[in-house]
Amino acid sequence: MERDLEITLTVNGSEVTRRVAARVHLVDFLREELGLTGSHVGCEHGVCGACTVRVDGDIVRGCLMLAVQANGRKVETIEGLTDSRELAALQKAFYERNALQCGFCTPGMLMAAQDLVRKGGKASREEIRAHISGNYCRCTGYQAIVDAIEKVMNER
Amino acid sequence: MRAELPLHAPGTQLDRGYIGQSTPRANAQRLLQGRGAYVDDLRFPRLAHVAFLRSPYAHARIKKLDFAKAAKQKGVIAVFDGPTVAEYCTPWVAVLSHLKGIKSPPQHAIAVGRACWQGEAVAAVVAESRTQAEDAAQLIEAQWEELPVVTDMEAALRGDVVIHEDLKDNVCFSRSLDTGGVDDAFAKADVVVEETYHFGRHTGVCLEGRSILADYNAAEHSLTVYHSTQAPHMMQDIFARHLNIPEANVRVICKDVGGSFGIKVHVYPDEMATAAISVILRRPVKFAADRLESFLSDIHAREHRVKVRLAARKTGEILAFDLDDLTAIGPYSVYPRTSGIEGNQVVNLTGGPYKHQQYRAKMNVVFTNKNVTCQYRAVGHPIAVALTEAIVDRAAQELKMDPAEFRRKNLIPDDAYPYTFPSGLKFEKLSHHAALDLLLKKMEYPALRAEQSRLRKDGIYRGIGLAAMIEVTNPSPAFYGVGGARISAQDGATLRLEPSGMVTVMCSVTEQGQGTEGIFAQIAASAVGVTVDKVKVITGDTGITPYGGGTWASRGAGIGGEAVLLAGRALRANILDLAARILSLDKGELDILNNEVVNRLTLESKLPLSEVGRVGYFRPDTLPMDFQSELTVTRHYTPRQYGFTFTNGIQASYVELDPDTGMVKLLKHWCVEDAGTIINPLLVDEQIRGGVVQGIGAALFEECVYGPDGQLLNGNMADYLVPMAGEMPDIFCFHLETPTKQSQLGAKGVGEAGTAGAPGAVMNAINDALAPLGARVTAMPFTPERILSALKKV
Repeated sequence: MERDLEITLTVNGSEVTRRVAARVHLVDFLREELGLTGSHVGCEHGVCGACTVRVDGDIVRGCLMLAVQANGRKVETIEGLTDSRELAALQKAFYERNALQCGFCTPGMLMAAQDLVRKGGKASREEIRAHISGNYCRCTGYQAIVDAIEKVMNER
Repeated sequence: MRAELPLHAPGTQLDRGYIGQSTPRANAQRLLQGRGAYVDDLRFPRLAHVAFLRSPYAHARIKKLDFAKAAKQKGVIAVFDGPTVAEYCTPWVAVLSHLKGIKSPPQHAIAVGRACWQGEAVAAVVAESRTQAEDAAQLIEAQWEELPVVTDMEAALRGDVVIHEDLKDNVCFSRSLDTGGVDDAFAKADVVVEETYHFGRHTGVCLEGRSILADYNAAEHSLTVYHSTQAPHMMQDIFARHLNIPEANVRVICKDVGGSFGIKVHVYPDEMATAAISVILRRPVKFAADRLESFLSDIHAREHRVKVRLAARKTGEILAFDLDDLTAIGPYSVYPRTSGIEGNQVVNLTGGPYKHQQYRAKMNVVFTNKNVTCQYRAVGHPIAVALTEAIVDRAAQELKMDPAEFRRKNLIPDDAYPYTFPSGLKFEKLSHHAALDLLLKKMEYPALRAEQSRLRKDGIYRGIGLAAMIEVTNPSPAFYGVGGARISAQDGATLRLEPSGMVTVMCSVTEQGQGTEGIFAQIAASAVGVTVDKVKVITGDTGITPYGGGTWASRGAGIGGEAVLLAGRALRANILDLAARILSLDKGELDILNNEVVNRLTLESKLPLSEVGRVGYFRPDTLPMDFQSELTVTRHYTPRQYGFTFTNGIQASYVELDPDTGMVKLLKHWCVEDAGTIINPLLVDEQIRGGVVQGIGAALFEECVYGPDGQLLNGNMADYLVPMAGEMPDIFCFHLETPTKQSQLGAKGVGEAGTAGAPGAVMNAINDALAPLGARVTAMPFTPERILSALKKV
């Protein structure tokens, strides 16, 4: 039942090689194997968005992708985009606007928001709401998050 | 920066320091960078993982559990049943003496002999990884004997099937209240309206599931528990008593918590089992609830059927309310708060904003074979507010009065305080009329009504709904302690001047994301006289902070904040004592401002706090022989003058309803809240907005749907709908400030206000939109199906 496979992938700019069971999800691999606990596990069925990471430039749900599917690909997480300062503007805006409370959704929310920000151009509040509508936040009611993203997109 | 006492002194012109400033909270930074430490992020040597086998039946006898196959699986360390765990963890009975007559059977960490709801843990598998534990749990061979199931609360009340034979019937708790004169009031009323409301059972859906990592050290007979909880000291007491470990040997550490909302303030059997298993195995053991087991085992709340009647004169004066509430709580009252409180609050709070004098209520709390229910954000308020405001709107409709005007006629006058409500509650000072006036002005009520009637002519159905409310905050020991619960209504804060001149704050109120640590830093900085960047706050560790209740019932700012303020004032005095000795000046000439000791009158700098710290800690030899500096102080605070420090507020919802699809679009939402002294407007507004959206979830989407066999039909996030960004409106928040005079700080609570009022406002808005179509809805959540059914289209 348990099949281990060797995979090599780039995570936050560093190449890593591991043997993993075929059934391990990407987010569990990142958290348990690599200790990258910034990506969170919220529902494990693709609804809440807490596990959102970037694979080859696209955001994906870390609970709907297997680690073996990331073999040979480039994975980026909240830790990597923080260190590279790619998220700095969003993080500053979230901080100033208090666009987070418990913070559990925040890494996934930032990954989703940055996906919109890096497309360039401006966005309406409705477009921002639509873009993050796959990321569940129980604390904020979303308005502060929309405000923070809007500030970053429309003030640049 | 400094805060002078009292902050609410009339005409005060004094600098309030950071009080009232929208200072961003420092602890948000780590969460923004993915550097939080939630329980599941912690890594321990020899950590074992537990997974539970849960009952597939709502009510069944456990005939046999065969662990042979499971125990042999790779990585499996042990498998436990209920009786084995019970040898290490004593059962509990969730009753309180002030809820007269409340009863509940003993409950075990793992079911013994019988499971009473689908999802109750019946066995635990411990393995080297969670995956191995889950795989092995599937190999436990269980034999069951199904027992009769009671899921309908009316049937439970009738008692056709009694769940716990020893208790004789299914009634957990009953309460009735009668001021007298109710029948007379209804007899002489010009208008009597009556309606029955149904509230759907729903749950918290914290994004971080419940999680616990228990680490028993046999050498010390000590237990350290890393716990996603709101009440570390309460849990310390519970682990100590039920696992028979000396209290001081139990340390509960609560690092980052991924949302709680009342879900994480209760004792959960699977968490107790995890701690017991750590004791049995003498190694660290972790349990993190996944989403599916969260739906099955996190407390649910708010399943009520309420019949209410209202009597009024034709002049619009409300004479009386008459209430009959029935609520079902699952098979056990939840420990240690009990499951009687929610219904009790409905009785206490119904009709709360109004000045009628006659009130009668009866309320039954019954057992059923569904998951347990207990206190969830705004406990009872969403029910009481929605039913009150819905029947008030019905009365206004009957009297052909504008709902805002009808409320104005009946709200308790702003100069009537202190005021005793017919249910016995005492209000210190509320501001209903000022709140209504502010709300109507901000939402441009007349213009909105005009827009609504204009659009109706075009076949666009919009509705405006109002919901006035009162809210329990800052509870005194009358809430739990008086009934025998070992739940602290007092909290404490320790402040320490560090040698560098920084201030460390240790407080027993915990951080769940609401910004507790941020406001404590603001209060401490203001009270001592330092800048906020010099303050470091530590919470959530029974080994470090003073003893206290933690986070629940909107008490963090009002109670914890007051303790921080008192400790800050005392520390400032002690720092000045020391500075006066160092400077050989009179203490009365000195003050502290911006991290320096200054001349009180000229504000001339005399000594930086870093120098005070250096001398106090490293060169006390230079001080007079009879002087010992005290640069660490602790203060506590308990509200006692009133049972609760009530707040008030009013919300409004503006919706558009599509009569063809039954869909409701939320256009705007307004909230006026009077939470007393506001410490941080930014954090207060975001508490309210988050709460409003949680209330909107209850009104439109959220329900734990059970089949007649007691099976949860929608226990996952694809089927159980929660509010997402796309459907939510912008929410406009406004404030009044009527500080409580019980404390120096004057802060009341605000964390639950949004959730308390939003369902009622949305309900009234939908019914306002439906009114011209001759339809009305009374069962939450208001799904498209229910709305179409009311319109007789399905």
